[in-house]
Amino acid sequence: MAAENVKGERARKFAAHVTLWVLAALSLLPFFWMVLTSFKPLAEVESPNPFPTEWHPENYRLVFEQVPFGRYYFNSVFIAAWCTFLVVLTSSMAAYAFSRLQWPGRDHVFRLYLATMMIPGLVTTIPNFSLMVRLHLLDSYQGLIIPAAFSAFGTFMLRQFMMSIHPALDESAEVDGARPWQIFWDIILPLARPGLVTLAIFTFMGNYGSLFWPLIMVKSEALRTLPIGMMYFDSQYGRQTNVLMAASVMNIVPLVVLFVVGQRFFVKGIMLGSVKG
Amino acid sequence: MTSNARRRRNLLIALSFLLPNFLGFLIFTLGPVVFTFGAAFTNWDLQGIEPLRWVGLFNFATLFSDDRFWIYLVNTVYFLLGMPFAIAGSLAVAVLLSTKIRGLVVYRTLLYLPSVTSGVAVMLLWKVLYNPDFGPINHLIETFLSWLGFENAKGPTWLLSTQNLFALAVERLGFDSSQFGLGAREAIILMGLWGAVGGGNMLLYLAALTNVPRELQEAAELDGATRWQNFRNVTWPQLAPTTFFIVVMGFIGGLQGGFEQARVMTGGGPAGTTTTLAYYIYNKAFTEFQMGYASAVALVLFALIFAVTLINWKFGNKELNY
Repeated sequence: MAAENVKGERARKFAAHVTLWVLAALSLLPFFWMVLTSFKPLAEVESPNPFPTEWHPENYRLVFEQVPFGRYYFNSVFIAAWCTFLVVLTSSMAAYAFSRLQWPGRDHVFRLYLATMMIPGLVTTIPNFSLMVRLHLLDSYQGLIIPAAFSAFGTFMLRQFMMSIHPALDESAEVDGARPWQIFWDIILPLARPGLVTLAIFTFMGNYGSLFWPLIMVKSEALRTLPIGMMYFDSQYGRQTNVLMAASVMNIVPLVVLFVVGQRFFVKGIMLGSVKG
Repeated sequence: MTSNARRRRNLLIALSFLLPNFLGFLIFTLGPVVFTFGAAFTNWDLQGIEPLRWVGLFNFATLFSDDRFWIYLVNTVYFLLGMPFAIAGSLAVAVLLSTKIRGLVVYRTLLYLPSVTSGVAVMLLWKVLYNPDFGPINHLIETFLSWLGFENAKGPTWLLSTQNLFALAVERLGFDSSQFGLGAREAIILMGLWGAVGGGNMLLYLAALTNVPRELQEAAELDGATRWQNFRNVTWPQLAPTTFFIVVMGFIGGLQGGFEQARVMTGGGPAGTTTTLAYYIYNKAFTEFQMGYASAVALVLFALIFAVTLINWKFGNKELNY
C-alpha cells in the first residue's frame, strides 16, 4: 500500500513536470520564432524552416537605418522614467496621508479614490485630450508625462503596504520630536521600499508600452515612442518581416531583463494590488 | 495646544502630503468624469463644423438605434468568452506549481514571460505568426492535416476571416451558418490565452493555494476523499475570494478591452468583426472627432461595467458567505 502510494506520487510528479514543460514550451515558442526570424535574410522569411541558413545580424543595424529607433528608445525610456518618478512620489505621499495620519474625512476621500478605479480610462481620455489641446500641450513631453503622473492604483497599493507597518514606529518617533516629514522620509519610506520598487516597476512597464495616449498626443516624428514607432515601422516596412522582428526583439528585451531582475517584486505587487482595503 | 488647534494642524499636515496627488486626481480623473457626463448630451465636435449645443438624449437615441453599436457590443462580449478558459488555465497551472514541485521559480518565470511582454511588439509578432500564407501556425496546421491524409488542406485565414465559432453573421445581428469556423476573433482570443494563463491570475491563485490550511485537506484525505473531491469541496471554496476578485477584474478589464488588438493587428476588421466598444470610441473620438457621441458611448460602457460589477458583488457575496 505504502509502496503503491509512493509510486503513484512519483507518477503524478512526473506528469506535472511534463505538463509544465509543454506549457513553458508553448509560452516560449513565439519568442524563439521571433528571434530566429530576426536573423534571417528576407528571402527565407517565408520558408517553413524556422532556422536561418545564413545568419544576418545586420538586420538589427537596418532597423536603426530605416527609422530613428534610438530616438524611439530614448523617448519611451525618458517618458516612462519621469512618469515612474512622479507616480511613486505623489502616490507615496498620498498613501502616507491615507494610512498613517489621522484627519477628518480621510476614509471618505479614500473611498472616492477607490470608486474611480472602476471607471474605464476611456471616460477620462476625451476631456483630458481636449484639456491638453487647450493648454497647448499636444505633441509635447509634458503632455505625455503630466497626466500619467498620478495614480489612484499606486496610492491604493502603497496604502495597503504602509498599513502593514507597525503604528508604534511613528508614535515613538513623534514622541522623540520628529516632524511628519522626517517620519515620512526617514522611517516610512525606507520600510515601504519593497512596495515602492514594485510600484516603480509596474509604472515603468505600463508607460513604456503605453499605446493609447501617445497615439492621440504625438504628431511629430521626434516624439514617437517605441509603440508608436513600431506601428509606423510596420506600416512602412512591414513586408521586411525579418527587420520588423529585429525591432520587436529590441523592444521587448528591456522588459524581459527588468522582469527577471525584479521578479520577486512582481509576485509581491500583484498580491498587494489585490488585497481589499 | 488646544485640541482644536491640534486638529487643524493635523489636517494641514495631511493636506500637504495629499495635495499633489489630489490635484492630479481632480484634474485628470474626477473632473474629466464629470465633464464626460455633460459632453455626452452635446453635439461637441472637435472640427467645429456645427456650433456647440445641448442635444439632450439625441446621442443615446442614435446610439441605441445604430446596428453597429450592438454588433460591437456583441464583439466585446465575444472576447470575454476567453475569460473562463484563461481562469481555468491559470488555476490548473497554479495547482501544478503548488505541489512543492522542483523548479518552481524556473517554471513561474517562463510561464509569466508572455504577460510581461504584451504590447505592440508582441501583437506585431502574432500578426506574422497568424499569416495564412507563410505564418508558422498555419504551417504546423497544414503539415498536421497532410499527415492525417488531407493533402493540400488549408488552415484558417485567421485575422483575415470573419468566421467564428458561433456562426454570427457579418455586419448584422443574427446567425449565418456559412460563417462557422475559426477567424479573427478566435485568433485574438487564443493570443489572449497565451498571454494570460501564466500571468498575474496564476500568481494570485498560487499565493491563495499556499494559504489553504493543510489540516483541512488532510482531514478530507483521512475521510477517504479522492483528489478531485478534495479539490472541489475543500480547496475550491477556500479560493472563492481570489476567484471573485479575478472575475470582477476580468469583467472590468475585458469590457473596456480590445483596443490595442484592433489598432495594431486588424484595424477592427475584417468587416468590423474585431471592433470592440473601446475601439469604436477611439474611432469616433479621435479619427472622426465626434467627441459628444464618443462620450455617450463611453458612458454606456461605464454603465455596463458598473452593472456587471454590481451583479458580481451580489452574486459573489453569496458565494463568499457559504
